[in-house]
Amino acid sequence: MIHRIPSGTRDVLPEETREVRAITDTLRQVFERHDYGEVYTPALEYESVLLRADMAEAGPAYRVFDETGAVLALRSDMTVPIARVVTTRYAASEPPLRFCYFAHCYRGVRPQRGQARELLQAGIELIGSPAPDGTAEALTVLCHALDAVGLRGYRIGLGDASLFPALMSSLQVHEPARAGMLEALARRDFVGLETQLTETGLPDDDAALLLEVPQRRGGPEVLSDAPPQAVEAVTGMRRVLELLDASVAERVIFDLGLVRNIGYYTGAVFEVYDPALGTPIGGGGRYDELLGRFGRKLPAVGWALGVDRLHIALAGEERGTGALLARSDSQVAQGLS
Amino acid sequence: MTTLNDLTIAVPRGALFEDTVDMLARLGLDTDELRSNERKLLFEDIGVITMRPSDVPTYVEAGAADLGITGKDNLLEQAGQRPGEPGREVYELLDLGFGRCTMVLASRAGPDPALESLRRLGVMRVATKYPRIAARYFEESGRQAEIVEVKGSVELAPLSGIAEAIVDLTATGATLRENDLIVREEIAVCTARLIANPVAHKLKAHSIDRLLDAVRQLPAAGVA
Repeated sequence: MIHRIPSGTRDVLPEETREVRAITDTLRQVFERHDYGEVYTPALEYESVLLRADMAEAGPAYRVFDETGAVLALRSDMTVPIARVVTTRYAASEPPLRFCYFAHCYRGVRPQRGQARELLQAGIELIGSPAPDGTAEALTVLCHALDAVGLRGYRIGLGDASLFPALMSSLQVHEPARAGMLEALARRDFVGLETQLTETGLPDDDAALLLEVPQRRGGPEVLSDAPPQAVEAVTGMRRVLELLDASVAERVIFDLGLVRNIGYYTGAVFEVYDPALGTPIGGGGRYDELLGRFGRKLPAVGWALGVDRLHIALAGEERGTGALLARSDSQVAQGLS
Repeated sequence: MTTLNDLTIAVPRGALFEDTVDMLARLGLDTDELRSNERKLLFEDIGVITMRPSDVPTYVEAGAADLGITGKDNLLEQAGQRPGEPGREVYELLDLGFGRCTMVLASRAGPDPALESLRRLGVMRVATKYPRIAARYFEESGRQAEIVEVKGSVELAPLSGIAEAIVDLTATGATLRENDLIVREEIAVCTARLIANPVAHKLKAHSIDRLLDAVRQLPAAGVA
């Protein structure tokens, strides 16, 4: 008999489980070495708790009623449940607090390769450690974790969620244009952004700056060439860079247009890319105001890796195939004038 | 700029093909085989793969191509239906200006049969190859519509009575006129767009930016 399972979910059988377990065991060792304590929290939470976080489109997607009629939701990440844990279970503890987790999260995404509706995330949260030190620590643990599982070609895109809003403010872009432009950027739609810039009637130079700055990405030269309006975010990124070991710093791509589709990020944001996969393997950032919404004002930073995506990327690197790896430079070099 | 460097680009067969290949040729690519061999799909030596335009976002999103060219109509059709619903995870980098068409609502000439149906039956039947664009358009304009998805010759639907109106892409309006249909509303103007895979956009930033600059500097022929 064939019995179906919901779209975007799947069974994991022993051979795959063995490989996934090898990855998570290695990650766990790295987390423990850096003093991050593992936690479990319920997959179901009260919807009202999860909605405190303002997660924009990455918020909870599946809801049920309990026997009293209260609305429960399946968590869509672990950052929000851990924010709840910190403010309720560690209300008086001296920061910083370090947590790690391996947990299934649930999102209403369009299922595709490495993108499931039930996804296993591995990640850390560093609570009570402000920028730049906390950010540098989180990035360092991230690189150590990826190095330990043997991923070779990865890069970490580093941006700042406050950069584009600050740029808009300094150029006198007001609502409702602001929201529209930010949304176009989050959709990665530079054509739409350009159209909106034309419609707002900004001076040509300002419009050009707003279109061009979020497309800047690359090495540290991106920071030195940044416009004065972005000075705060860029200074923040530079301070983080100064704290990184060379082996971590060489993995970083500075990206002035990096936007994550989760609402609670306030400062540094990052994403992990590997040439063996066409989508980011994971990401994270600073969420300095989230804990305050739960009642304890603490700066915080964290990240999560999609374990399935990491697995796909590792397998791709091992085979020498996968999204962007399939094509070597030499193949393309011939036939070009 | 005379090379695509390490980039692979998804090129659409069909209406956008000629303009796309012309653009690649003007960027310095050897496009002779691309033009002459219609059956071949993969041109590894010049970093080109060819496919139907609606498949371009799929290949680019998966990273099988770093860049791609496709119509805005395909991007709109594959976009999220409402805020929060994810669409294709690709960067839309440039409006290439060519392949200009308009997405229209059309019905038979004379008194609008779609309006009559909406008034008397509360709903109009609309045939289209773009069910998501059509559904979103009627939802946003507060009208009830029954979307009839067809794969080809949309003009046939109102003539044969399975729908009162169509939503379709038109360049010159000739096909509409020949089938006694007139444009009632314009929904969107669609041109060819250059899209990029989000990981390639970061890991191959230098190559992509060089290509973008080269495309922007092409003489205005066809490129906005």
